[in-house]
Amino acid sequence: MSLPPASMLESDYRVQSPAVAERFRKLRERPVVLSVEHLGKEFEGEGGPVTALRDVSFEVRRREFLCVIGPSGCGKSTLIRMVAGLDYPTAGRMLLDGREVSGPGPDRGMVFQGYTLFPWLNVTRNVMFGLEMQGMSRDQAEAEARQWIDLVGLSRFEKTYPAQLSGGMKQRTALARALAANPRILLMDEPFGALDAQTRAQMQTHLLEIWRNVDVTILFITHDLDEAILLADRILVLKANPGEVQEVIEVPVPRPRSWRR
Amino acid sequence: MSRHHWFAIRQELPPRRRSLLGVVAFLLPLALWCLVSYVPFLWHPMVRVVEPGAVSWFRPDLLIPREAFAKEVDRVRSEGGLVPTGTRANPIYLPAPHAVGRALYTAFTTAPVLRGDLWLHESLGMSIRTIFWGFLISSAFGVPLGILCGAYTSVARASEPFVDFVRYMPAPAFGALMVAVFGIHLEPKIAIIVIGTFFQQVLVVANTVRKTDLGLIEAGQTLGAKRRHLLLRVLVPASLPDLYNDLRILLGWAWTYLIVAEVVGVSSGITFFINQQAKYRNFDNVYAAIVIIGIIGLATDQVLAFLGARLFPWKNPRPSRLRTLAIRLFADRYTVLFPDEPEKETTS
Repeated sequence: MSLPPASMLESDYRVQSPAVAERFRKLRERPVVLSVEHLGKEFEGEGGPVTALRDVSFEVRRREFLCVIGPSGCGKSTLIRMVAGLDYPTAGRMLLDGREVSGPGPDRGMVFQGYTLFPWLNVTRNVMFGLEMQGMSRDQAEAEARQWIDLVGLSRFEKTYPAQLSGGMKQRTALARALAANPRILLMDEPFGALDAQTRAQMQTHLLEIWRNVDVTILFITHDLDEAILLADRILVLKANPGEVQEVIEVPVPRPRSWRR
Repeated sequence: MSRHHWFAIRQELPPRRRSLLGVVAFLLPLALWCLVSYVPFLWHPMVRVVEPGAVSWFRPDLLIPREAFAKEVDRVRSEGGLVPTGTRANPIYLPAPHAVGRALYTAFTTAPVLRGDLWLHESLGMSIRTIFWGFLISSAFGVPLGILCGAYTSVARASEPFVDFVRYMPAPAFGALMVAVFGIHLEPKIAIIVIGTFFQQVLVVANTVRKTDLGLIEAGQTLGAKRRHLLLRVLVPASLPDLYNDLRILLGWAWTYLIVAEVVGVSSGITFFINQQAKYRNFDNVYAAIVIIGIIGLATDQVLAFLGARLFPWKNPRPSRLRTLAIRLFADRYTVLFPDEPEKETTS
């Protein structure tokens, strides 16, 4: 059996079944949560300015799961950090629910690869942090936090400090902490990159389950194509030098998806 | 063969060996001191006169260099007089361990020679008071300023160059000035300790705060923490255990400033005691006082380390030192009660 011609392969991965096409049609009808317009970033390098990202535009709609994928050095981390407000773009702008945003804020929650849990707070207090910052009373925040901890399956570890948790448990806590603050969009910067393969697969399934049950929009950075295909509605492919959008793919794989073949 | 090698690079030792070596660290210098003190043919450059014989200027218990004693013996022998006798001895500035050990007790029980002089415990109390106030005042200003320097580059740029400049001035250089400002009693001494500690403290604290994981700050920001909360709810708690350790080290520095501080104005505290005892040539008391300073320092540090483990349980989620110690002390009984658990520890 010979391979089909390259041109056919090229078009193949875009073919959608009617059900999937219907899902994407509905998705396009939902309101835009995050709109990134002509975003660019230049660094001052040794031999003049270096362009890290150029003219990146895309939209994320409500409850969409968008993965950004690209080779290392393509600026995907810079992109998500700019969306989070932790880095400043040198060109373009970002709109959240139609309003321009700059600087970090609780409307854009973030889960980092390095967990960044507050080591002096136990799981509950970590999850309560965002709620308390919003001015919620301690009791109310605790009750709220408990629900999120239940959701990520850490009820037995409410009083445990991060140092005693495994990597997967840390990332669950970070997820609960970010979700508890009720962000408009959840930004995840290679969140499972530091986990072993088994835990990563577990966490991916777990994340999909949460995403199905919680009204949350997710922008997810990864360099792992399999991960992107498993998780995403659409995949934004970046290319490096300079970082530009190569294409946006609507993943034609029907849901629910799993690692089982 | 044991699983643990004595000289494995950067490997932890089992707790039993750790405490054993800790004891050895003290026993080794003590053994050396004992050797020099109690083995008569080691060093002992002096002779303690027992029977003066025909030498007119010899007195019993007088300490004389060995060569001088030998010369006198030769002279008397050639003249046919009564030959003096003596035993080999160490110089007066090296008392034997037992003498210092005795002094550790008697120094507290002996009344001061002059009326108005202080007892040893009173002198010690004075020194501890000086350190306490000096360190407290320094920390009350140095820690907040250091935190601000570590948090805000603008504060750091506006204060650190000057702090760095003053830091290089030796604190005792301010002695005369401080006497002029604060008088001759405890105040100028406290001021010297403040000067000696404060400027180092600002820089050390600022550096520690600067080393805080930036990721924690960013996480705080994405959770909605703003300036004040970012400082008080993220930056400060994140660096607190390291700040605590900094203060432990700085407290040690404060002790080193104590001796120079206490000769400023009217000499006071433990320094006064040491100088006075040296004047009377009671060197066993001098050693005792120095040893007591060491004991106080070591004890304070151990207490602070113990408290630190309690204050920051999240930093060190192992069982507390006290519990470890208790388990170690009752290791045998422990084996009877829970025969399986310590097995893992002891078998290779």
